[in-house]
This record gives sequence, structure tokens and C-alpha cells, in this order.
Amino acid sequence: MNLFFSLVVIAVLIALPWVLVGAAGLDYLFGVIVPYVALAVFVVGLLMRVLQWARLPVPFRTPTTCGQQKSLPWIKPSRLENPHSTLGVIGRMLLEVLFFRSLFRNTRSQLRDGSRLTYLADKWLWAGGLAFHWTFLIVVARHFRFFLEPVPWCVSVMEGLDSFFQIGLPIIYLTDVIIIAALTYLFFRRIVNPRLRYISLAGDYFPLLLLLGIAVSGVWMRYFDKTDIVGIKELSMGLVTLGPVVPEGIGVTFFIHLFLVSALLIYFPFSKLVHAGGVFFSPTRNLANNNRVKRHINPWDYPVKVHTYEEYEDEFRDVMKAAEMPLEKE
Amino acid sequence: MYDAGKVILGIVVFLALVTFPLWYNLAGEASVTAPELEKAEGSQCVEDAEWMRGHHMDLLDDWRDEVVRDGERYFVGPDGQRMEKSLSNTCLSCHVNKDKFCDRCHNYMSVDPYCWDCHVIPKEVM
Ligand code: HEM
Repeated sequence: MNLFFSLVVIAVLIALPWVLVGAAGLDYLFGVIVPYVALAVFVVGLLMRVLQWARLPVPFRTPTTCGQQKSLPWIKPSRLENPHSTLGVIGRMLLEVLFFRSLFRNTRSQLRDGSRLTYLADKWLWAGGLAFHWTFLIVVARHFRFFLEPVPWCVSVMEGLDSFFQIGLPIIYLTDVIIIAALTYLFFRRIVNPRLRYISLAGDYFPLLLLLGIAVSGVWMRYFDKTDIVGIKELSMGLVTLGPVVPEGIGVTFFIHLFLVSALLIYFPFSKLVHAGGVFFSPTRNLANNNRVKRHINPWDYPVKVHTYEEYEDEFRDVMKAAEMPLEKE
Repeated sequence: MYDAGKVILGIVVFLALVTFPLWYNLAGEASVTAPELEKAEGSQCVEDAEWMRGHHMDLLDDWRDEVVRDGERYFVGPDGQRMEKSLSNTCLSCHVNKDKFCDRCHNYMSVDPYCWDCHVIPKEVM
């Protein structure tokens, strides 16, 4: 059901620009208005989420047991896995954001010899995730040739490295192959494993399919259904310099590509994809474990009216004495 | 708001990244619109211009394979004329200035075809 729903939504998202640009000629709507709206929703939505997180107090450090905590001087602390200083926290964040350190710990459980529960290392999710995220970053960075004039040298260098093996013409980008392979793996991983399929929601399938749709439509446009990319650059330059134009002769594949990207931007702040910002707010990652060194006061503590035992005794001393109860002070 | 300094720094970096193309293009002098191309000298291209715009690289790629691997050096143009499958001799005989034709779009789109690693540009030789 979750899978079916996601497939239907993707099909509709592809059909809309296909029909409305291809047959009804609404290029301005799909080439200018939708992308602007999508970008606005993306920026405002993400800022709202971030400000919402920033308003929540995180009173205590949450130590995780990944490494030895800093304690006695002769016990070696684990500076990156269980950092006690800001520098260590920055190191842990970098490992997390750039290399998905936590995911590297992923394990899978298995019954061996009938009933022996065994845990095994499972690096496939980590490898697939890392492959997808890095190639996605490179693809997006390479796209800046559509948004910048003159194209900066670092974009050209990236293109050169990405087409290193000079296979085909236009030269096949290695990242194109890797991103589609990685997304396909991540998608089928959820379907093939029954336990994973059981816990997968539409919110898990849909982003994978959407990203796959974006990558495949981009690849389709570059290698198969050629379109006028000089016209596309005019369009995208118009968008980013706030003087939008829609030149003639841009193929409908481009509008599908752009519409799926717009859908991604709109979906982003309200879905699990917002982990891109959320990772920086993860208390188990971004707080130094210095509970033993520093006292952390709960910021939502308010003055509580207390009645101590001394005061209690003062108040009831006579009665207690009469009842021959033991007293701390006579 | 907790950790306001760090959160605001993050937001500023995010907004700078998102709006970077706007600043970059406003700061640069370069024109935003597609480049002008020099008119070709001949009257008839090997295929129509619309098709060539998207597929010239496919055509040249096929030509290369046909010439180099199969030794088929000639083809018959749309007007019945026999022509050589040659980038330097056929294409560039009408599009006489590589820098005012090929390079204009290639630079605009940051495309750097490796054809020119070996093929000499006729004018440069003279
Ligand atoms: C999340 C954002 C995006 C992703 C992941 C993405 C992905 C891709 C991929 C994988 C390709 C295949 C070729 C390549 O890797 O360069 C591609 C091509 C293309 N994309 Fe995107 N794209 C995105 C956003 C955009 C946007 C915003 C535009 C334009 C406004 C755009 C325009 C194009 C064009 C014109 C091509 C064809 C390039 C060529 O023919 O060489 N893309 N895209």
C-alpha cells in the first residue's frame, strides 16, 4: 500500500508537466512559477524547522557508549567517539556528516544453528548511503554550470574528473552511474527484505523514487532525448538573476526534471529529508560529554516551594514530642 | 532561542549558499543570455540546425568510428553532394571561426570536447 501510493504520486508528478507543458503549453508555469514557489517553500520551511528546534532546550548531555568517557588521568579517553571538548565534538560532527560514522556501526542479527542469536557487521546500508549522498552532492555542484556565468574553474575541474574515463559522447559521468545504482539498491533493499518492508512507510519509498526520477530524467536528457541545453541555461540564468525567460524549443523532459526537483524542494522541509539540517541539532552528536566536569543546570527549572524536614520538625516539635517520636533537635 | 550565535551562523551560511548564484552573476560582467553565433558560410548543413543543436556530438562520434574503424571516409549530403567525414575539413569549412561558433556555446555551457586535443584548428596552422 505504502509502495503503491508512492508509485502513484510519482507517476502523477511525471504526468503533470508531461501533459501540461507538452500538450497545453504551460511552460511559464512549470519553468518559472513552480520553481520559484518551490524554492520559497524550501527556504522558509527549512528556516521554520530550524528555528523550532533552536527554541527547544537540551538541558543535559546525553552520553553515548561508543567510546571511553574522559575520567581518571590514567584512563585513555576516546576523543572522537566520546568527546569532552568542543574540538572533539567538531571532529565527531565531521565524521558523522561527511562519513556517516553512526551508520558504520550498523549490525544485522541472525539466528545461527537454529537458535543462536548472532550479530554481524552490515556495511551495505552505510556504503549505499554514502555513495548516494556524495554523488548527489557532486551532481548538484556540477549543475552550477547552469547557474553561473562565467562557469568557475572548480566546476570544470569536477566535470573533468567525473568524465575521467571518456566513455561515450557526451562523456558518461561516473557519478551518474553511481547515483542511480545507489538509489536503486536503497529502494530494493526496502522491498526485498520482508522485515524492512514491514516497517517502510510511504515517507521512505517516496523520496527514493523521487530522487531516482530526478536522476533518471537528467540522464535521459543528457544521453538519450537531447534537448537544447543552451536554451535551458538561459532559463536557469534568468531564474537566478530574477529576470525569468522561457526560451523556445526546450524539450518536455527538462520540464519533468525541473518539476521533480521542485517537488523535492517542497517536500524536503516537511519530511525525513530535513535530517540534512537536523543532524546538526542531534544532542547525542553535538554535545560534549563533560557531565563530570561541568554542572549543567536545567534551563526550565523554576523555583519550587519546598518544606524541609528541619522546618517540618520546627512546626510540629511539640506534637511530636508529646507523641514521643524521635527528634533530630530537642 | 538556545545557542543563538551558532544557529544564526548556520542560517547565514545556508542563505549565502542558496543565493550565491544571484550575487555571483550580479558581480560578474558576463552576459546572462545565450551567446550569438557567427553565420555559417555555406548554405546547407549536413543535417538541419535543430537536430544538429542536440546531436552534433553523436554525428561526429559516429563519423569518427566509421572513418577510423571501417574506413568509410565519405557520405552523401542532403543535396546529393559527396562530402568528406571530417571535422576540420568539412564542418570548419563553413563554420570558419571555431572561436565564434563552436567555442561560444561550449564555453557558455562549460563543455570541453577532447576532439581538439588532436584535431588542429585550420587557422591556427597557417
Ligand atoms: C536536486 C537537484 C538535481 C539533481 C539531483 C539533478 C540530477 C541530474 C542528473 C543526475 C543529470 C544527468 C547528467 C549530469 O549528471 O549532469 C542531470 C542532467 C540535467 N539537469 Fe539536473 N538535477 C537537479 C536539478 C536540476 C535543475 C534545478 C536544473 C535546471 C534548472 C537541472 C537541469 C539539468 C539539465 C539541463 C540536465 C542535462 C545536462 C546535459 O544535457 O548535459 N537539473 N540532472
